Amino acid sequence: MTGSAPLVSARGISKSFGGVEVLRNVDLDLMPGEVHALLGENGAGKSTFAKILAGVHRPTRGTIELGGKPVEIQSPIAAQRLGITLIHQEPISFPDLSVAENLVIGQVGGKPLGRVRWAELAKEARRLMSLLNVPIDVTVPMRGLSIADQQMVEIARALASDSRLIIMDEPTAALTPKEVETLFTIVRRLREEGRTIIFISHRLEEVRAICDRVTIFRDGDKIETATTASLTDADIIRRMIGRPVADYLHRGTSHVGDVALSVRALTLPGRFENISFDIRKGEIVGLGGLVGAGRTDVARAIFGVAPATSGVIEIDGKPVTIKEPTDAIGLGIALVSEDRAIAGIFRSLSVETNITAAVPKRIAPKGIIRRTVEKALAKESVEKLSIRLASVRQPIGELSGGNQQKAILARWLLAEPDILILDEPTRGIDIGVKAEFYDMIGELAAGGRAILLISSELPELLALSDRILVMSEGKLTADIPRAEASQETIMHAAVPRSGRHTVSGAAA
Amino acid sequence: MNSIEKSPIPATPPRVIVREAAAPRPRWQVWLIRPEVVTLLLLVIAAIVATRLSPFFADLGFILESSTYYIEFAIVALVLTIVIISGEIDLSPAAQMALSACLFGTAFKAGAPIPVAMGVSLLSGLVMGAFNGVLVTVLRLPSIIVTIGTLILYRGLAQVLAGDKSISGFPSWFVGIDYRMVGIVPVPVLIFIAASILLGLFLGITIYGRQIYQIGTSEIAAIHAGIRVRRIKMGLFIASGLVSSIAGLMVASRLGSVRYDLATGGELTMVLIVMLGGTYIFGGRGSILGTFLAAWLLVIIATGMTVANIAINAQLTVMGLLLIVSIIATNAIYARSQR
Ligand SMILES: Nc1ncnc2c1ncn2[C@@H]1O[C@H](COP(=O)(O)OP(=O)(O)OP(=O)(O)O)[C@@H](O)[C@H]1O
Ligand SMILES: [Mg+2]
Repeated sequence: MTGSAPLVSARGISKSFGGVEVLRNVDLDLMPGEVHALLGENGAGKSTFAKILAGVHRPTRGTIELGGKPVEIQSPIAAQRLGITLIHQEPISFPDLSVAENLVIGQVGGKPLGRVRWAELAKEARRLMSLLNVPIDVTVPMRGLSIADQQMVEIARALASDSRLIIMDEPTAALTPKEVETLFTIVRRLREEGRTIIFISHRLEEVRAICDRVTIFRDGDKIETATTASLTDADIIRRMIGRPVADYLHRGTSHVGDVALSVRALTLPGRFENISFDIRKGEIVGLGGLVGAGRTDVARAIFGVAPATSGVIEIDGKPVTIKEPTDAIGLGIALVSEDRAIAGIFRSLSVETNITAAVPKRIAPKGIIRRTVEKALAKESVEKLSIRLASVRQPIGELSGGNQQKAILARWLLAEPDILILDEPTRGIDIGVKAEFYDMIGELAAGGRAILLISSELPELLALSDRILVMSEGKLTADIPRAEASQETIMHAAVPRSGRHTVSGAAA
Repeated sequence: MNSIEKSPIPATPPRVIVREAAAPRPRWQVWLIRPEVVTLLLLVIAAIVATRLSPFFADLGFILESSTYYIEFAIVALVLTIVIISGEIDLSPAAQMALSACLFGTAFKAGAPIPVAMGVSLLSGLVMGAFNGVLVTVLRLPSIIVTIGTLILYRGLAQVLAGDKSISGFPSWFVGIDYRMVGIVPVPVLIFIAASILLGLFLGITIYGRQIYQIGTSEIAAIHAGIRVRRIKMGLFIASGLVSSIAGLMVASRLGSVRYDLATGGELTMVLIVMLGGTYIFGGRGSILGTFLAAWLLVIIATGMTVANIAINAQLTVMGLLLIVSIIATNAIYARSQR
């Protein structure tokens, strides 16, 4: 790396939103052919820095040189022209367009009035997706894709652009180890081609696996840039958070009570079939599997977003009908959805409103909103989950990704559900808060609540679950007790037997 | 580079709980960039220009008296504001006014006493609103298409029912609501003010109001949060039907007669008022206050142009321009505060 000139050198980058600096005087050099991690707590300024390089935000102060020449990156299109691509933390796509169309949108070089050759478009899209080794049908609309699949489409789009600098903002947050490995293979190839990659992630093991150097941010300051090998995990965490993180200790399964949720032969053709399991009070049941295995679909069916066509759901031993989320909530079920951007937040509304959205009875017992109660509830949640914000009246869209996720968690914790379904609940949450969140989940279970935890992060699944269910191709393939659970046993059950897994493959 | 010195890592760091991120804009700034402020500004300008044009405008009583034609639409526009905030639209209220008023007239001609005929009219409003609501929430059709359809349907039914002749001969106590005054305020204006306050409170401080904003901001998120989206939208369409029939009765009273073409083109006036008031056409933002101010803006502009002897075609052009300008301004303001 030494010897060659940096591809990007940013000097004195500062950025303010509404008068407060969220980035202060950041200097950073990025070498050609390096994978460079940006680390830091939620709200430290990683995404903001990435967005400045990608022309989404303009810096308040500072200069950027690209290949030795000073540049002004005016807009995302200008960034594209300069060879800079950003894979957004929240996949932003056109939900009604097909995957193939989404792949080519925003590509520079297309003629505005040129004829669209659909066949070629689909062929190119298929080629791109096959690079990623993900069997996604490129003709289906984006809307139906899981977050992980959407993430893969975003990655494919970046690959298509032939950029010199590719910024990946938490690309792995919803991916399982298998997809992460595929992504890493591609990243390594890009590195060999001499491209520069910025990789943002809260998972240190991924950073170790792929990144040459790391830069640590804290509260908008750059704390340090160093080679990955020169820092231990503890070093990194200390620089990120300023304090060591306690290890999460599993509480054990002594407090398990009666069956709270029982699911029998639940089937939704094309998504999942014949799913049966029980969750007892006080139990945390993990649900593992690869992307597209149908885990999210099962969660959505239980919560009534997309109900199953056959099968029985029983709560406390009584069969129930759940046609829509309102029914589920009435029965004491809560779902933290994996897709916070679309199914979670009300982007332009205040954090306060967002946090209290699921507890209308508590903030307005007689129909009139009690501002003081609402504010108190919101403030309490903000403290409990250390959500970083300026004011609870700020629009939630202004918070960093991880802090938005915390607000959604707060919403459902306030609802005090008896049965809590968590779909990738820690997506984008930093290491410090994660430990606290695990504690909270443990406490909820100890308080007699039943918890279904869907997670692509195996360590998380292993640390929290009393029992781990595994799905593959829409079917339950394993029910592993805690004592026998390991990364290997889970992955073994998760990998499809038929050798192929597709989003709609379970129908066959 | 040496940021380490600037922010040393404390050995035993204090546990900071709420850390500050970007500070919110000061209150006054938040207020200034609200679209309602644009409406208010336009209102003040229009009032000043109009006073220059004609001394009548210095007289509040004159403005109030000349407002009654627009006030009927403005009352419906209040409910339309809420419908638009929820992410839907209703283009059929003017046709609902006509059909419900014709039903009233027909019932009266058939011998029903006025209160009964009024009941029939209000009931028909509920039914027409419910019909729209079912098409939108149960069959999940886009409300813009549904209500264009029912706009034609309801108007057509009115013509079938009442033919081309007007129905009149209502008792004198029923006729002339616009001449009944409380002080210098005509009764329709009073109804408008009362409705504005009630609906403003409904939207501003009740949980339903809150949920309507949430639905309009993101319907999918609202569904996931357990908000009864379909029930609330159904309610809004029914409310729209009810208020349309009330407005229809007010027209019947003002004119002393009803005809199938009553309030023709009124839907555009209503949309114009809502847009002028800064409600966001894609839902999730807007306010009753904006619509309230916009109604007066429209009254002043329209009356001002009439007093200034501006031809009706030119008046339409001005209205069209206003609509476009207000949409651009609203969009720009919301795009700005989005960043
Ligand atoms: N548009 C905006 N308006 C106001 N404040 C903003 C805006 N965008 C970001 N911020 C603030 O800037 C700070 C840095 O946010 P940023 O998104 O860069 O964090 P991050 O390091 O990417 O965090 P995460 O790990 O949660 O994604 C946060 O405190 C956030 O609230
Ligand atoms: Mg981020």
